[in-house]
Amino acid sequence: MRARLTSPQALEKLRAEIAGRRDPEKPVLSICAGTGCVAYGSLKLADAVREEVEKRGLGDKLEVRINGCHGFCERGPLVLCHPHGFFYQRVQPSDVGEILEQSILAGQPIERLQYVDPVTGARAVKQQDVGFYKHQMRVLLEYNGWIDPTSIEDYIAVGGYAALAKALSTMKPEEVLDAIYKSGLRGRGGGGFPAGVKWKECRNAPAPDGVRYIIANGDEGDPGAFMDRSLMEGNPHLVIEGMILGAYAIAHPGHPVGYIYVRNEYPLAVERLGLALEKARELGLLGEKILGTDFGFDIQINRGGGAFVCGESTALMASIEGFVGEPRAKHIHTVVQGLYNKPTNLNNVETWANVPLILTRGVDWFTSIGTGDVSKDPWGGSKGTKIFALVGKVNNTGLVEVPMGKTLREIIFDIGGGIRDGRQFKAVQTGGPSGGCLPASHLDMPVDFDRLTEAGSMMGSGGMIVMDDSTCMVDVARYFLHFLADESCGKCVTCREGLKHLCKIVDRICAGQGREGDLELLDEISLTVEKASLCALGQTAPNPLRSTMRYFRDEYVAHIRDHKCPAKVCKALITFGINDKCTGCMVCARNCPTGAITGERKKLHVIDQSKCIRCGVCQEVCKFDAVDVA
Amino acid sequence: MDLAKVDRIVDKYQGSPAALLPILQDIQAQENWLPREALQRVADKLQVPLTRVYGMATFFRAFSLKPRGKHICTVCMGTACHVRGAPKLVEKIERDMKIRAGETTPDLEFTLETVNCVGACALGPLVILDGTYHGNITSAKLDKVLKGIGRTK
Ligand SMILES: Cc1cc2nc3c(=O)[nH]c(=O)nc-3n(C[C@H](O)[C@H](O)[C@H](O)COP(=O)(O)O)c2cc1C
Ligand code: FES
Repeated sequence: MRARLTSPQALEKLRAEIAGRRDPEKPVLSICAGTGCVAYGSLKLADAVREEVEKRGLGDKLEVRINGCHGFCERGPLVLCHPHGFFYQRVQPSDVGEILEQSILAGQPIERLQYVDPVTGARAVKQQDVGFYKHQMRVLLEYNGWIDPTSIEDYIAVGGYAALAKALSTMKPEEVLDAIYKSGLRGRGGGGFPAGVKWKECRNAPAPDGVRYIIANGDEGDPGAFMDRSLMEGNPHLVIEGMILGAYAIAHPGHPVGYIYVRNEYPLAVERLGLALEKARELGLLGEKILGTDFGFDIQINRGGGAFVCGESTALMASIEGFVGEPRAKHIHTVVQGLYNKPTNLNNVETWANVPLILTRGVDWFTSIGTGDVSKDPWGGSKGTKIFALVGKVNNTGLVEVPMGKTLREIIFDIGGGIRDGRQFKAVQTGGPSGGCLPASHLDMPVDFDRLTEAGSMMGSGGMIVMDDSTCMVDVARYFLHFLADESCGKCVTCREGLKHLCKIVDRICAGQGREGDLELLDEISLTVEKASLCALGQTAPNPLRSTMRYFRDEYVAHIRDHKCPAKVCKALITFGINDKCTGCMVCARNCPTGAITGERKKLHVIDQSKCIRCGVCQEVCKFDAVDVA
Repeated sequence: MDLAKVDRIVDKYQGSPAALLPILQDIQAQENWLPREALQRVADKLQVPLTRVYGMATFFRAFSLKPRGKHICTVCMGTACHVRGAPKLVEKIERDMKIRAGETTPDLEFTLETVNCVGACALGPLVILDGTYHGNITSAKLDKVLKGIGRTK
């Protein structure tokens, strides 16, 4: 165990010592162990690497590092070979020998493992040559492909905790707060509330015993978003450093107490954060007398229980106190009376991760990125970068970090490589269950907090789910309504009952039993739910419905009036049939779960509509494109 | 069940009612579900009403008040997985195993659950079988995965 650092200078000394011990020319093999790559077998790959390194006695010739998510999940397992920066994708254990031999020892790239651009055919030697990375601006995720998240030394070596050392040695708490205020940093968890404004209110709230709670919201409830996970798992110290700086700015001198609330489904994030907290404590970066100063702060981890509403601030706090996660009305703001009725400052994980960067690189650097002008008003623009989870029917799925203000088209087509299987773009869903679906006419819209809200969607936590012409927008609205009705805590009537009835009507429409006047009724109920619900879950719940009704009204009309599902998704409105491309291979008949398909070998097959349950298995297994949906 | 185990968990949190959620999580991690005697014991030890404990246990999706199977199969129903066909996977498993989502086969071998996103959306649709993630699942792949635990239709 290392001794506690007793001054900011001691941290700088440690950093120099780590640098002195490390040879920048020594090869490093970085293996992505984000969830995506792990599912593709990257842990087996890492084992193979260790084994091979041992077998060849290369132990002191290179360093093997297991990282958090590199972002390009589509192409995993991903490997980076430093110092040359070779970028390899879809790497298998059988490739390990060659990588060690050729790329690590001989410093040569291996063409076979490189990424080939599907449009230009160009080979990418380094990460930066890949279209997916080229158009990004990775500052929060910069070190995800370099550091080992279990090593505090790795983080310190890349300048970690320098912002904390700087703040504690040269800045008053008010000055740190002022920097965040001036930076215009807005909350990354959904609403885009300026962090500086919140911090100031919390600092100014009366706290007779000096206790102020500092919380990171890592509940990441929006389905289709995983940026907070990648930060917590890939670079946990960045989040922790941000929180320590926040505690200093908001609650020093006093007694700040920290919590990180982590989503139930993220056990690895809990493990990584736990380890990081322990190491930070060992070094005296947490606990009493941080870096030898009179500032003290510590953080504990709380796990969520798998309830979406617990991402909401008051519900989250109730859950930490050991009660069910029901929100309360915010007549008194949580910055004044939050957890245990004390002043509480809650920010999203990604918001916290921005804080150290703003302090080390400066307010001017931060405000030079993004849209609008925040010099007079922190609401005046959207500054800095935002991480998006680009998923759904797009070619390059993964985590994408871009400056605020990039257009949807740049994100989906330049970075995402366009739509899968050569299909047509139809919509992009942003903002999770509180957000909306934007159509092709909005592709050139710059993405920032205010533009998205104007368009009837939201930033949310940054999920971007791309949909193509095979996605039914009524079905998408139905999906979100059921999601929200399910997750509604049931405390207020409009949310509990209103959502139930919206579900019923949309279910009916999808079942081909829509009626004249349904759309008007949906509008009316939506408005009531929006206006009268207690918390933002209900207040924003109709957004997916309303945005699809606004931009894809003809799809609703087709369902209601013509009893047709144009995307051919809604089961009650489609029939399966076999066309004359059928070769009579019998695969569909064998796979049909209800025995609805009959036909002799090498003869055209037929589907018995009375038995067909429209499960789509025949279409999936047919190799001849012989199953039609009408 | 062995209530001494519950006592040990509650003691780990110094018997604090604020720790109710983590206490229930630890019990579920150990037992795979929340037996009634365990809930009663927690209420007694923490000196809180059983209704509060029961309220927590039913509010949070992570908890099960029924025994779960030896194998747990979780299908992601997050948005990204939904648009890539997750509902078809759930329907298929429901058909093949003759249980509904949230249920366990009578032989206590297999439980089917759904989850609203596990943060691996790039790989959707996604099925997690006993903790192992299987991405880009089709119905054929699903058959193969389930064969791995000896379940076929
Ligand atoms: C139903 C609901 C769910 C939410 N889920 C999350 C979440 O998972 N993560 C998050 O950071 N914020 C979530 N929020 C927003 C939080 O209430 C809060 O505004 C945010 O964490 C504040 O941090 P920020 O200002 O840094 O964004 C949710 C809000 C609502 C109403
Ligand atoms: S939507 Fe399935 S993992 Fe996120």
